[in-house]
Amino acid sequence: MDYAAVVALQILSGVATLVIVSLGLAVVFGMMRVINLAHGEFLMLGGYTAVLAYGRGVNLWIALLILPPVVVGIVGVVVERLLIRRLYGRMVDTMLATWGLSLALIGGVTMLFGNSVTGVSAPLGSFIIGRFHVSVYDLFLMLAAVVLSVAVWAVLKFTPAGLLARGTMQNAEMASALGVAPDRVYAVTFAAGAALSGLAGGLIAPISGVVPTMGTAYIAKAFITVITGGAAMLTGTLTASGLLGTVLTSFTFLTTPVFGEVALLIVAIVLLRLLPRGITGRFLRRAL
Amino acid sequence: MILTRRNALKTAIYATGATLAAPAIMRHAALGADPIKIAGIHDASGGLDTYGAPMIACLNYAVDELNAGGGLLGREVMLKNYDPQSNIQLYTQFATEAATKDKVAVVHGGITSASREAIRPILKKFNTLYFYNTQYEGGVCDRNEFSTGSTPAQNVNKLVPYVLKNWGKKVYVIAADYNYGQITSKWIAKYTREGGGEVMATEFFPLDVTNFGPLISKIQAAKPDAVISALVGGAHVSFYRQWAAAGMKKQIPLASTTFGGGNESIVLSPEEGDGIVSAFSYFQEVDTAENKAFLEGFHKKLGDKAPYLGAELAMRTYIGVQLWAEGVKRAKSIDRMEVIKALESGVSLATPAGKTTLDAKTHHTTVDVFLASCSNHGFKVLETFPQQPPSDTASVCDLIAHPNENKQYIVDIKL
Repeated sequence: MDYAAVVALQILSGVATLVIVSLGLAVVFGMMRVINLAHGEFLMLGGYTAVLAYGRGVNLWIALLILPPVVVGIVGVVVERLLIRRLYGRMVDTMLATWGLSLALIGGVTMLFGNSVTGVSAPLGSFIIGRFHVSVYDLFLMLAAVVLSVAVWAVLKFTPAGLLARGTMQNAEMASALGVAPDRVYAVTFAAGAALSGLAGGLIAPISGVVPTMGTAYIAKAFITVITGGAAMLTGTLTASGLLGTVLTSFTFLTTPVFGEVALLIVAIVLLRLLPRGITGRFLRRAL
Repeated sequence: MILTRRNALKTAIYATGATLAAPAIMRHAALGADPIKIAGIHDASGGLDTYGAPMIACLNYAVDELNAGGGLLGREVMLKNYDPQSNIQLYTQFATEAATKDKVAVVHGGITSASREAIRPILKKFNTLYFYNTQYEGGVCDRNEFSTGSTPAQNVNKLVPYVLKNWGKKVYVIAADYNYGQITSKWIAKYTREGGGEVMATEFFPLDVTNFGPLISKIQAAKPDAVISALVGGAHVSFYRQWAAAGMKKQIPLASTTFGGGNESIVLSPEEGDGIVSAFSYFQEVDTAENKAFLEGFHKKLGDKAPYLGAELAMRTYIGVQLWAEGVKRAKSIDRMEVIKALESGVSLATPAGKTTLDAKTHHTTVDVFLASCSNHGFKVLETFPQQPPSDTASVCDLIAHPNENKQYIVDIKL
């Protein structure tokens, strides 16, 4: 019984991690159709911000939750100005440019901080379910995933900015004709996506080592989640995370981490064969 | 010669001239003699630089020390450091370059077993002497190579009995998924069985795995008496983090064949790292007069830049250079075969890590092994096992009987 509870908890935590690391990418891809190959490095910058701030005596929660999105959001603004803005509508070029950016960021951070692993210890301690000890931070990650999803949903649904963003996403020319500046909407969206990626980096810093190359471990999973999710960025990311996270964690439990990842990829491939436009390309189309 | 006044005068003049000229001629000879070139190939960048940086620091220090003592055979030793950037392709390229272009007398280098197996055949082909100074899984049998680090019969063989005696008979093994982890986990199983223990499960993890949540739950469900880790590299450090975060530190003790080889003890907080036990043929905290003297000199020379040496990798690199230098002195030559023969004649040195003796049959070393427990970012030595022979490799490799042998034996372990 307690074992089942622990397995369920791990599955939920796997799903939550996928939601957290995918959300920033989903916002940028879903709203702007820009494939940001530097997404993993935005996570990495968030992780470094958290570790460096904490190492300099900043309060742990400020270091994990406040500074990473602010710093990486600013990086997002700069990147959008210098790079992304010039390449709208040219998907392949954007991919190349952001890939170059990702290499440059890895190289730059390696030069500045070296290639050794850093990190912060997970706060909050542990609690006991039957025979098992579980990290409270896992629960915190689930909470964070829920709060982030609700926040994104609420912003899109209830604020004027969300309305403009949704309008531009549906039909940029029409929005432009109605007096909305798509450029500005895109800039804000990209910065928001970057901030979400940075926050994700801060959130996962305590459970994974922070290294310049840490992005590569997450970017593939984030991409598969977003693509499998399909057009509706929030609903798509949540359903895909739910499905893939469950598959990944269950198979990891039953076999090894290697087969867990294999199972995740097989499920994603089969799904995309059956639903080439992602889960929300067929179901829940009108969702956000 | 008839001794005439004229002849005597002539001789006297020549003799005086020669005497006056001698220092000049000799100094000229010393300057004219080429320096002895040697090469180091260690990752100064990339994912393995946490291992590489202290190794390079010790290599440089060893060469500086040789030169400060007048060089070798009256010649200066010139070290060229290559940085393969944690990239196997660059390893092969630099090994070829060192052997053919620089024509070095010896190559010290290679960190992972994968990098060693990439450059070992190249250096063999080009008849360039090779020293591999890292703790590894054992079994390399090649007369052109000397392995100065410890192997499972020396370290795992000490770690496992400690675990069985102090913590209990049921162990859970987790290891990195490449040849080091695969082979080492077999050795762990062998020694566990021999000690009357039981391996409950063995799990392998690719080097980029960072989520150990499911593993930690599985271990709790299995309820072992101890966990033995042969995890490697940066991503795997998150295991120790997540283990501590789940509150498992106080529940099930951890031992490791790799913990401390890199910067694990520095990166982890004392709450996460303290109490993890590992076994190596050196720790910076080893308390001997030789080690104290070495560290004093090392810190004096490098100042704030002196890296923490941790477990054996960096120290074995320093000792590797000393062993090679001893071979050159005995052979009075840098010729490859002469040096090999001299080293096979039974070389034994007093080092900061204790007495190190080269074994002619296997080209491995007999070393002191230390069992230590991680404590406040460093290690506390618990037990010392003097003069442990490389019996694993010795059971399969005899270079005296078969000097042309050239392979890595995977020691057959009956499971």
